Amino acid sequence: MPSIRLISVTKRFKDNVALDRASLNVRSGEYVCVLGPTGSGKTTLLRVIAGLTQPDSGQLLIDGKSVDEMGPEDRGTAYVPQQYALFPHLTVLQNVAFSPLAKGYKKAEAFEIARKVLQTVKLAHREGAFPSELSGGMQQRVTLARGIASGARLLLLDEPLGALDARLRMELRTELRRIAKDLSLTAIHVTHDQKEAMSIADTIVVLKDGNIQQTGSPFHLYQDPASIFVSSFVGGSNFLPGVVVGIEGTNSLVELRDGIRIRVHQRSHRRGEPVILSVRQELTILRNHADEKENAIPGEIRGTSFVGDAIEYDVELDNRETVKCKVPSYYVSEGSLPFQTGERVFVTIDPHDCNLYSEPPLGLAKELEAF
Amino acid sequence: MRCRCGLLRTLEKYSSSKRIALTIYVSSVIFFVAIIFLPPLLGILMKWPSLFQMFETPDLLARAQSAIVASFAIALAISVLDLIAALPLAWFIARQTSKKYASVIDTLADIPFIIPTVALGYSVLLFWGREGAGAFTGNALVSPGWLLIVLLHFAFSYPVVVRVMVGALQDYERTLETAARTLGASPLTAVRTVSLSVLKPALVSSFLLAFSRSLSETGATVMVAGVFENGTVFIKNASDAGLVSPLVFVSFVLIATSTLMFMIIRILGPRLRIPVSKVWPHLEQKLSDRGAVRTRDLLTIAVFAFFVLVPSLFVALPGGRALTDGTVGQAISGFGVWSTYWGSVALSYSVAICATLLNILVGLPLAILIARRRIGSAACTILDAAVNIPIVIPSIAVGVSLRLFWGGYTGIPEFWLLVLAHLTVTNAYFVRSMISAFERIPPELEEVARTLGAKPLTVFRKVTIPLAKYSMISGAVMAFTRSVDETGATLAVSKELKTAPVLLVEWVKATVPTSPSTIGLGVSVLLLTSFASLLVFKLAARRSF
Amino acid sequence: MPQIRVVNVSKRYGSLTVLEHVSLNVEDGEYVSIIGPSGCGKTTLLRCVAGIIDPTEGEIYVDDKSLVGVPPEKRNIGYMFQEIALFPHMNARENAGYGPRVRGLSRRRVRTMAGEALEMVKMSERSEDYPNELSGGARQKVALARAVGSAPSVLLLDEPLGSLDASVRLSLRMELRRLAKELGLTAIHVTHDQEEAMSISDRIVIMRAGRVVEVGKPQNLYLDPRQIFTANFLGEANFMRARLMATGENGAILDVGGEELNIESRTVPRDSVVAIRPQFIRITKRQVEGSGWRGKIAEKTFLGDVVRFQVNLENGFKITAQMPPTAQDVDADVGDEVSANFQRDKLLTFPCPTEGLEKELSAW
Repeated sequence: MPSIRLISVTKRFKDNVALDRASLNVRSGEYVCVLGPTGSGKTTLLRVIAGLTQPDSGQLLIDGKSVDEMGPEDRGTAYVPQQYALFPHLTVLQNVAFSPLAKGYKKAEAFEIARKVLQTVKLAHREGAFPSELSGGMQQRVTLARGIASGARLLLLDEPLGALDARLRMELRTELRRIAKDLSLTAIHVTHDQKEAMSIADTIVVLKDGNIQQTGSPFHLYQDPASIFVSSFVGGSNFLPGVVVGIEGTNSLVELRDGIRIRVHQRSHRRGEPVILSVRQELTILRNHADEKENAIPGEIRGTSFVGDAIEYDVELDNRETVKCKVPSYYVSEGSLPFQTGERVFVTIDPHDCNLYSEPPLGLAKELEAF
Repeated sequence: MRCRCGLLRTLEKYSSSKRIALTIYVSSVIFFVAIIFLPPLLGILMKWPSLFQMFETPDLLARAQSAIVASFAIALAISVLDLIAALPLAWFIARQTSKKYASVIDTLADIPFIIPTVALGYSVLLFWGREGAGAFTGNALVSPGWLLIVLLHFAFSYPVVVRVMVGALQDYERTLETAARTLGASPLTAVRTVSLSVLKPALVSSFLLAFSRSLSETGATVMVAGVFENGTVFIKNASDAGLVSPLVFVSFVLIATSTLMFMIIRILGPRLRIPVSKVWPHLEQKLSDRGAVRTRDLLTIAVFAFFVLVPSLFVALPGGRALTDGTVGQAISGFGVWSTYWGSVALSYSVAICATLLNILVGLPLAILIARRRIGSAACTILDAAVNIPIVIPSIAVGVSLRLFWGGYTGIPEFWLLVLAHLTVTNAYFVRSMISAFERIPPELEEVARTLGAKPLTVFRKVTIPLAKYSMISGAVMAFTRSVDETGATLAVSKELKTAPVLLVEWVKATVPTSPSTIGLGVSVLLLTSFASLLVFKLAARRSF
Repeated sequence: MPQIRVVNVSKRYGSLTVLEHVSLNVEDGEYVSIIGPSGCGKTTLLRCVAGIIDPTEGEIYVDDKSLVGVPPEKRNIGYMFQEIALFPHMNARENAGYGPRVRGLSRRRVRTMAGEALEMVKMSERSEDYPNELSGGARQKVALARAVGSAPSVLLLDEPLGSLDASVRLSLRMELRRLAKELGLTAIHVTHDQEEAMSISDRIVIMRAGRVVEVGKPQNLYLDPRQIFTANFLGEANFMRARLMATGENGAILDVGGEELNIESRTVPRDSVVAIRPQFIRITKRQVEGSGWRGKIAEKTFLGDVVRFQVNLENGFKITAQMPPTAQDVDADVGDEVSANFQRDKLLTFPCPTEGLEKELSAW
């Protein structure tokens, strides 16, 4: 189970910086997800580790040894690219046996290894089929099997579930983790889908424009997103601009538009500094009544959307800002929703549930631009 | 497998070495530049002074000029005509719902391509002559001259356009056309405003191919030219007369202008905007309905049949006659003219085999280099263009140039001079075919293979070649058949050795007395051997991998 | 704006049946989604409505006019493709204006309409850009402008967000609905992402193996599905075999693996399958005298906005429960003994499927 260390790796393509001094530590046996939007550098990161792209600067250590001089065939990595992974002219068995054969095993032994691995991914019964005869989900499992059969201890997966439909993605992602854990492999799994990352990763690395924005467990990333980008990319958040008007102990008092004040359990900015207050949509609680002590903002429900496990309410606060509140559908009683469009409500926020960030230099709207 | 393992393993270990790879690539580039690319260009330039001699003989100069103009005019005319006539057929084939019907027409459309051009030339000569279409009037419908040249060139460039366009249409994503239709465009409007623009590269490339084939063709053109002279006929006449300076002059002008034109079209082509702004919804809707489409299809097939297919196969008639009138016996016994015939056929094939083998040896590393952009994007584009130049230049001019270039080295036997000439003229077919085959293989496949522990040579053997094998076979076949077919450069280069096509041209031009059924048989035999070798290749391809 | 009626449409390719007796009504101005597993025929159905494919049997009516034999260019529809399919040789403005142009409108009119369409999707600043200069989301917005630019009456969307990043999908899907409603278009939207379908549709059509399984409002399909396939495909559910023990005025008592379950009355067959969604289960640390079924936590996953538990119940069934991180006892850990409580009004019962539960829930 190798450990991987990237030290300040940079890679430029013409005038585009794909990786900017990226540093990363992956412990042996860990399942790491690299999360980021398209173009953030995730594929480049994987290819650098696999040895398919040479970095301009920085170091790469696998199990403490520098691999800068090693070709891709000697690094002990199983690389699963986004598409075109299987050799179309070979059968499933020949595909999976490719690596053992290439490494010098005799045919009989190689096929023996291949069959065993195919058992692990439950595709032994299709060994004679060609890739074009298999469904998307099956193809991915064969690709995985082929990587495993190479004896690689490091699994590099580039959007392995990208081409599959939502349902299949959910089923297969836990498979991936199970196989990696059962075989004691270290895995680096690249994706743009935060739900996928949150559900199977030990550690998530958030990448934007070649920069690692944050590294941490799903829980950590959720509770303490290091930046506005991480906060909006991992789970959905509400963002409200304001100014710090007071500091009491470990709390800050933030004044939003039109004088509404919120107490936040965070002390990171000075009085007078403009900040952005962020709170998760599911932690933006709706109530019919408010207590004095709580951070309670009155508002009116403008839109209701039932999305299955939750109801999303668009609330226009009295200070003309809008927030989204996610109420679990648990609170639907006898078929009727807990709140209706047009209702007057109070939006309450626990001081421990919000985070403060400095105002982004280009403005909040630019920072949150999805594309 | 076992005894080879050791050697393979050592080879594979070395293939990882960047230096070895570099050496292979560099040597193939050097070979290409020194042997294939430069000689045709330099040979002519070596005789630079003779160019000026031309200006001292105004009559000859005028004759040369009109020959050159004729070449370009004809090439332009048939390229345009071929695009107009062959595109609907390609469309018909590619969009046909019944696969069997489509493949029948497809195979038929390929026939003029497979027939050696000398056979085509003789066939066309006969078809439009007294015994063919002119049978009713007792006179040839079209006598040897510029019109017959046009008809000939139209016929043999037609399948080129069909081939390129069918390939492009099959690759083309129909979603764009469907999108246009959902937006209210009739099928014809959708094709005109969307599909054609997307298919532009294929249109440009088929135009260029038709053009350069017409410009370059010698043997068959000589057969049907009569007293008319286009560029290549002029060069042949000059060569026969032993005149050097008109030879050099016309070759030079042809080389220079065709290279220039080729580069201009390569650069400007993509920028050319097909006029699409005007839309005539009602008219185009009418032209898209079933009746109109059926009429169009019938017209297309009729043109194809009458102007291309039947003229190409017409030589079967005298060939068939030869079976009954005893010519076959003469042929087999080597009587009279036949004594040299079989030697020529053997020569043609041996030259072709040597040239093709050299093509594979040199062409593969070159193709990999260009397809995988190993030496940087700019260098690869230049190399890519350079590879194409020898076939843009009329082959007889190439031959002239090579004779001049290598002529100084008396040590080179004529056979190898022929091989070199054929290598030059066929190289691009193989390399281009390999480049597009390699480009089709996603680099990810090779990369994954490497991460799975395969050394570069293993990747090449187990992944790249199997996936490219059909293109390799078809590229080699194209180069081979082109070589067997070759007349232009051969006429210029060899003084004593005669390949089969050259011999047949002599028979037709009656420099050697023969009878129509002799010629017919001679041509048909060449045809049959071509078909046979094609078949052998196809079978070999299926077995070897 | 039209009403669309699909009447008994079937589509066969040789021996392969892709659509079988599909009937569907879409009301004027409605936004309807069609969801189903891969290969269920949803895209084929959309293409039949568009006229790209002709059905083997059946009719399609728009405003009571039959579309038999009417080619796509005469159907006045806007169509969005999963591959986006912008014309690569035209810039955004020319793409958006293509519809009006091929209908023969004047150049000035075409320009105006293109400009308006781009304005509606907020892409006016990029009107001179070519598709290869735009990001995936931007391209799809231009494709939307193009689809609505020719003022169609019907909008057909074929997995329009399928090729985009998850985060981009989230922000773009509301745009689709907003625009359709603003322009009063009747829309049919095919997707495999059920969350997407639920958040933007007036009604959802569930398809499976070429047939329509169920149609309804998102909320109703989710909380009160009539078909067991719907219960599993839309959201997730825990399924347990049950046997009727007794019926009374207030409901029925079922035997589920030895445990008793009270359900609100409905006509319950003798052999049934009980379903409960993970988010309607509450896990509590075991008390001495508690209601709910006993079990042990086998797995716990933190997903950010929810925490999921895999619980092995003492009655032999394995269930998944999902709770918000603010719920009580959410700190229970793997190995803990817990009680699982179900929300009574969220329990669903279905007759036991004749071909077996697994077959009934599968895509075919």
